[in-house]
Amino acid sequence: MKIMPCPLNGPRNISEFVHGGEVRDMPNPTTCSDKEWAEYVFYSDNQAGVVTEWWLHAASGYWFIAERHTVTDEIIRTYDPSEIFKARVEFSAESTAQEVSA
Amino acid sequence: MPFSLLKYGLKSDYPFEQDADLPAPTELKPSYDVVIIGGGGHGVATAYYLAKYHGITNVAVLEKGYLGGGNTARNTAVIRSNYLTSEGVKFYSESVKMFEGLSNEFDFNIMYSQRGQLTLAHTDATVRAFRQRAEVNKHFGGRTELIGPQEIKELVPTLNMNPAHMPVLAGLWHMDGATARHDAVAWGYAKGATQRGVELHQLTEVTDVIVENGKVTEVKTNRGTVNCGCAIQAVAGHSSLMAAKAGFRMPITTYPLQAMVTQPVKPFLDPLVSSSALHCYVQQTGRGEIVFGGGSDPYPLYNTRSTLELKESLLAHAIEMFPFMANLRLMRQWAGITDMTSDYSPIMGLSPVENYYLDAGWGTWGFKSTPICGKTMAELVASGGKVPDLIAPFAMDRFDVFRQVNEMGATAASH
Ligand SMILES: Cc1cc2nc3c(=O)[nH]c(=O)nc-3n(C[C@H](O)[C@H](O)[C@H](O)COP(=O)(O)OP(=O)(O)OC[C@H]3O[C@@H](n4cnc5c(N)ncnc54)[C@H](O)[C@@H]3O)c2cc1C
Repeated sequence: MKIMPCPLNGPRNISEFVHGGEVRDMPNPTTCSDKEWAEYVFYSDNQAGVVTEWWLHAASGYWFIAERHTVTDEIIRTYDPSEIFKARVEFSAESTAQEVSA
Repeated sequence: MPFSLLKYGLKSDYPFEQDADLPAPTELKPSYDVVIIGGGGHGVATAYYLAKYHGITNVAVLEKGYLGGGNTARNTAVIRSNYLTSEGVKFYSESVKMFEGLSNEFDFNIMYSQRGQLTLAHTDATVRAFRQRAEVNKHFGGRTELIGPQEIKELVPTLNMNPAHMPVLAGLWHMDGATARHDAVAWGYAKGATQRGVELHQLTEVTDVIVENGKVTEVKTNRGTVNCGCAIQAVAGHSSLMAAKAGFRMPITTYPLQAMVTQPVKPFLDPLVSSSALHCYVQQTGRGEIVFGGGSDPYPLYNTRSTLELKESLLAHAIEMFPFMANLRLMRQWAGITDMTSDYSPIMGLSPVENYYLDAGWGTWGFKSTPICGKTMAELVASGGKVPDLIAPFAMDRFDVFRQVNEMGATAASH
């Protein structure tokens, strides 16, 4: 089976992992337009080449980032998200809820 | 039955078809009214209907490989209309009707075989969903019924009624379900189109799409540049890459889909059978081989490799359904790369570029739509961009207004 090098658990069968989609910036859901939100949720570059993606090791609930070639099916590099995300990303559920009820 | 077949049957010598071949390749002209990117079933069907119904023949179909060598040659040829939404059922029913007459229309046998398609339910929730699908399908003129275990046993005596300890509770029996020879569909359309003056250019890869002031003006290829009045992209798995050349993104992700076939055995299975819970479908071809298909690969890829993992999981389920198949040998395996949308419905119609039209997002289910898609795309192009009602719900901008056409439940297990 194809092996995914997990930054936390080491090399594991790829069937233990779940693909999570391209790494991209989330627009602020309380202020962005519908089009911006749709772009974020549905649209994608869907590139043929090296992509940077979220992956989940399902058994340990650990999310990490993988650089992968979508034509050759090679996994180039995997690393902990802290390499990209220096500060904690806050999802303000309260302000979203207010927006909806307004 | 095509009458030429009857004539052949009565002849004493081997029937040689005079005009079986496509016209010999020519140089590209400097300019075409319509350029169709992608020579799969969809591309040539659109060209055919443009020529046949709209008299538009200054058309070039540009194909980077060979005619129908993409997903058209790789699909498992399930034809059906038992979807869930009104929009979907209306659209696919039209296609099923067109398929019924296609051999006569081409005067060429596409081996259309209407054997019915049976989808198995193993939970109460699925039985309820099937009831709804049966009613929607009947409402739009399709033939679909919910049937019980006894009728299922009569239709498919070799089926294990308790596969993987999930008893078969009921079945969605779609009498219009059918299969056909997929290559023949592409050849029939290509022949009909080229006979009417359309040019098919194989080994011609579109490398760039030139857009000026919001309109396509020319298309660059490995064989030179052509001007065009308008262009249509029908490149299946490559949809996002082609759209990027024209300057926009699409709500599509490309995943491989694998399938495989066994050595031939005596006829034992008439309907196409699929299981909603086991994510597996099984059918026997006219040659006796058994075709297996299932869900997409677990992560996106532009690669047609096959994997052992998929075979193991899919065949484990197939053997649960038909235990005797454990003794058969696989003969071939293959994959296609499919343009998946998140709502499992296609993207047809206008794009952000004024005279550039989309025929995409066909994922794992677009063979069955080849005739109706070609016909409605031709209407769209001939009218200069007036979207036919039948395909209006499938516009790309449905995602911008969160109006998806959700066919996931009706697509995932059986294409
Ligand atoms: C394994 C498998 C099973 C399937 N089973 C079913 C099924 O049972 N029922 C069903 O309805 N559907 C099924 N499908 C889906 C179906 O095959 C496709 O949706 C359908 O064939 C799409 O047709 P098309 O003509 O748009 O694409 P294709 O036949 O893929 O044609 C697109 C063409 O565009 C060409 N192209 C790409 N890039 C360029 C370029 N830059 N320049 C020029 N040409 C280019 C390609 O070479 C290709 O020939 C299945 C698919 C697969 C892979």
